[in-house]
Amino acid sequence: MSELVYKGKGVIVHIKGPVVEAEGMRGAKIREVVYVGEERLIGEIVRIEGDKAVIQVYEPTGGVKAGEPVERTGEPLSAELGPGLLGQVLDGLGRPLEIIAEKAGGPFITRGIKAPTLPRDRKWQWTPEVKPGDDVIAGDVLGTVPEGSIVHKVMLPPTVEKARVVEVLPEGDYTIEDPVVVVEHIGGKEEIKMYHKWPVRTPRPFREKLAPVELLVTGQRVIDTFFPIVKGGTSAVPGGFGTGKTVTLHQISKWADADVVVYVGCGERGNEMTDLLHTFPKLVDPKSGRPLLERSVLIANTSNMPVPAREASIFMGITYAEYYRDMGLHVVLTADSTSRWAEALRELSSRLEEIPSERGYPAYLPDYIASFYERAGRIKVQGRREELGSVAVIGAVSPSGGDLNEPVTQHTMRFVGAFWALDKDLAFKRHFPSINWLRSFSKYVGGLRDWWIDNTGHDMMAYRDKAMALLQRASSLEEVARVVGEAALSDENRLVLLSAELIKEGFLVQNAFHEVDTYCSPKKQALLLKTLLEFYDRARPMIDAGVPISRIAEMKSLGLLRRLKFVPEEEFENAVREAVSQLEAEISSLLAEVR
Amino acid sequence: MSVYGLTYKGIDQVKGPLVIMRGVPGAAYEEVVRIYSEDGREWFGQVLEAGRDKVVIQVLGDTEGLDSNAMVKFTGSTLKIPVSDEMLGRVFNGAGEPIDGGPKIRADDFRDINGAPINPAKRDYPDEFIETGISAIDGMLSLIRGQKLPIFSESGLPHNEVAAQVARQAVVPGKAERFSIVFAAVGLKYDDVLFFRRQFEEFGALSRSVLFLNLANDPVIERITTPRVALTAAEYLAFDLGMDVLVIITDMTNYCEALRELSSAREEVPSRKGYPGYMYSDLASIYERAGRIIGRPGSITFMPILTMPGGDLTHPIPDLTGYITEGQIFLDLDLHNRGIYPPINVLPSLSRLMKDGIGPGKTREDHKEVSDQLYAAYSQGTKARELVQIVGEAGLSPREKLYLEFARRFEREFVAQGFRERRSIEETLDIAWDILSILPEAELTRISEKTLNKFHPKRRVAAKAEGE
Ligand SMILES: Nc1ncnc2c1ncn2[C@@H]1O[C@H](COP(=O)(O)OP(=O)(O)O)[C@@H](O)[C@H]1O
Ligand SMILES: [Mg+2]
Repeated sequence: MSELVYKGKGVIVHIKGPVVEAEGMRGAKIREVVYVGEERLIGEIVRIEGDKAVIQVYEPTGGVKAGEPVERTGEPLSAELGPGLLGQVLDGLGRPLEIIAEKAGGPFITRGIKAPTLPRDRKWQWTPEVKPGDDVIAGDVLGTVPEGSIVHKVMLPPTVEKARVVEVLPEGDYTIEDPVVVVEHIGGKEEIKMYHKWPVRTPRPFREKLAPVELLVTGQRVIDTFFPIVKGGTSAVPGGFGTGKTVTLHQISKWADADVVVYVGCGERGNEMTDLLHTFPKLVDPKSGRPLLERSVLIANTSNMPVPAREASIFMGITYAEYYRDMGLHVVLTADSTSRWAEALRELSSRLEEIPSERGYPAYLPDYIASFYERAGRIKVQGRREELGSVAVIGAVSPSGGDLNEPVTQHTMRFVGAFWALDKDLAFKRHFPSINWLRSFSKYVGGLRDWWIDNTGHDMMAYRDKAMALLQRASSLEEVARVVGEAALSDENRLVLLSAELIKEGFLVQNAFHEVDTYCSPKKQALLLKTLLEFYDRARPMIDAGVPISRIAEMKSLGLLRRLKFVPEEEFENAVREAVSQLEAEISSLLAEVR
Repeated sequence: MSVYGLTYKGIDQVKGPLVIMRGVPGAAYEEVVRIYSEDGREWFGQVLEAGRDKVVIQVLGDTEGLDSNAMVKFTGSTLKIPVSDEMLGRVFNGAGEPIDGGPKIRADDFRDINGAPINPAKRDYPDEFIETGISAIDGMLSLIRGQKLPIFSESGLPHNEVAAQVARQAVVPGKAERFSIVFAAVGLKYDDVLFFRRQFEEFGALSRSVLFLNLANDPVIERITTPRVALTAAEYLAFDLGMDVLVIITDMTNYCEALRELSSAREEVPSRKGYPGYMYSDLASIYERAGRIIGRPGSITFMPILTMPGGDLTHPIPDLTGYITEGQIFLDLDLHNRGIYPPINVLPSLSRLMKDGIGPGKTREDHKEVSDQLYAAYSQGTKARELVQIVGEAGLSPREKLYLEFARRFEREFVAQGFRERRSIEETLDIAWDILSILPEAELTRISEKTLNKFHPKRRVAAKAEGE
């Protein structure tokens, strides 16, 4: 992309919070980035009326006066894409927080700081994949550099449709500013560097979108087994405060079997980002054996940072995700919280005095939400490679008052493939993850039967159906028990409750902070659920034989079953065998007693 | 062109707390202005909209008596207060001016009351346990140095007592130094202020306290500045002077109400229940000032108090607060009516930073599991209690009866304690085991075999017997 420099300057005529009006802006484009005022605060044009432009400023505007200049850049808000993204912690505009701290000279964020996303001085070990004379098209790999835990492919940017390679730098160490390849096309010669810029609000192109079919293993039992998400799929996590949205997203970004994870902290707590920054360098990515941070891009635009940048941060994040997808990688993007992002939109809309729709949100809210989730998917990458890449998008939703009937939750629900409804009552009794099994859904369940059979040897989706049926039955019995008391139920029904309780405690409840329990492989999930489901079948004959339910509930082996999940993977099969044989022993002695 | 230092005459319009002027093209956004009426009265204001053609000023205080003859002076600066260690032991109003009859503060620096966001990459993760001596808090909602943990209360509940007890008893185990206290009253009755003051005096904390008072009869608009001024002082004490500061601000509900009033005067489109749509971000700009910073010794631990209108947890004020703070301590009317002090209902309460601040080397290795088990069991107990209302105690199964008894003892022995009673974390956990041991071991599913062996009273007795 050529560097355009506009000499023309506008003049500020009005400042009201983050919204600034400037005159002398004829020729400016909507969504163009501008520098506002003497301190050159970063802003984006959101409306044009003749000579006048309305600008949304991404930094605090205190002290700015009418009469100060507005500089145009001629470019839309863009992301820098190239090696050096992984391991970074960026603000909502893509500025590295470490560099902001350096330039600010302290731990507090000051204004007007310019900091490019990618390090300019760092050298990368370049291996060319083309030679002069080769014909290349957009998306073709020109060379590679190792980056963190992946092989970073330097591709012909989407903006160059086709070209012929005329020069290639030999293998060696170069910075991202070095022209590693020179190509020639209709427009003339063009230097290709290891990085390029891409407008964040424009989806990056691909060849074809495919149906997502492969489970995205998260290691979280209730998700993988009951409400799974797939590579390239979408999911929303709505829930009131304290129900476990953030922990869920943290768990997924830690454990999901993805190549790259983009975590967007959008309008949430500073300490939650710090938490990630403390744990990610220490955790090891099982796939690459390297620190988790090296496969991650973290974006932190916390609740006390400027609101308009929240809006940008989500688009920034999804653009990074698409870029790695284009290399043929599987990417997961988690966004906490999309509600804060929608609220930033509402605030801007209200400052622009647009007509509000439901709860003050603008009428285009649904399109806006869709424009984000639609950028997820499993695709055939550009270029002449038969490679697939994917971006899965998982967004937290923070409904006010925990009421899922509000616009952001409702619209989001329409665009996602999985919906994990968090439940305050479960959270209050520390049943985590508090995903309500009756109100959540996943449209991907049907397509995953074979995946489970191929990868674990278990027909897990059949177990799932059985467990769901049990849980549903228990839930209606609980309704009854709430009125008449559990003691009034038949022993048979109370066995149903006991067995459902076992599924809940022994399978659904998963402690994110327990050394072993924090991650559960699909194999372990399958064997665990199978074992717990068999309890009902094993215990049933005792009821018929007249063993009182209270005796059944007191069996020691029940405690073993409930705690099986805490057994590490290596010892798991043995532990299952032991628990089952103890259970059988206890059952036969109880049966012998009544006989 | 700046209008810094210039004085203008000619107010166009006064609309509630808003003053509109024309022809002041150089006014800066958020700049502070001083307004003088002909009869010598003075107001304080801030530029809300800075335009070439029109300037809107928000006036702090009652605008009655303001007319077009008033003089408006532009100061060229945003709202700042002087800070220094001389603030300790002093009392200020909501604008940061001394009201205790003492001298002015000799400033080490002037700080913008809005502060600046802490760079998330420069935060230090809070992970040090603060022992408050209150079992319900220490055992199940541990307070961590640098945490923001509000008290959600209702009028008539002893939130002041709980906050004062925390202020009196809080220590970081192994640290000799006590917390400095920054206390801000927002729209409070004088009685309440007096209560805190006496408490601080009684436990000898006045000399390490700074008080900011906006009373019920003080200007409503100053409620907007009070918390910010207090936190500016706290930031200076914590991050410049290296003190551990405990900030108590009460009542944040009054703050939110002032914010609503202001928003409606500005004729903004309201969000839920008339509160402005930006209330979340506004509150975040206050609450997020708590924390710790890499390379700086001090900390801000923040315990705001708010009263939930109608006791409703889903009301926008507690709701938005809970979305920002690192948990909440929920005071319960029902527990209070049953004579339980502190009336902390642990179920809707939460400490989000607890996980990294407790355990071996910090509190005790069984802490986390015991806490999880208490939650699970108490929730069963409250379920059984609800059932009693419907089917009577006779209708309960033996297991439900056991949990009912558990809940009763949990409230009476674990939660309840004296206003002056200080329990060590060991004592707290031992009480917990005592109550948990009435349940069959198969019910203790949140506790590992290893921990049971080491801490369960029955097993300890058995192990002892074996050893003898
Ligand atoms: N899977 C989990 N395992 C253990 N504790 C959890 C889990 N999920 C949530 N929690 C607990 O709930 C608290 C709130 O979770 P969080 O994700 O921060 O909620 P939200 O983002 O919805 O406000 C956490 O601090 C933690 O104590
Ligand atoms: Mg959260």
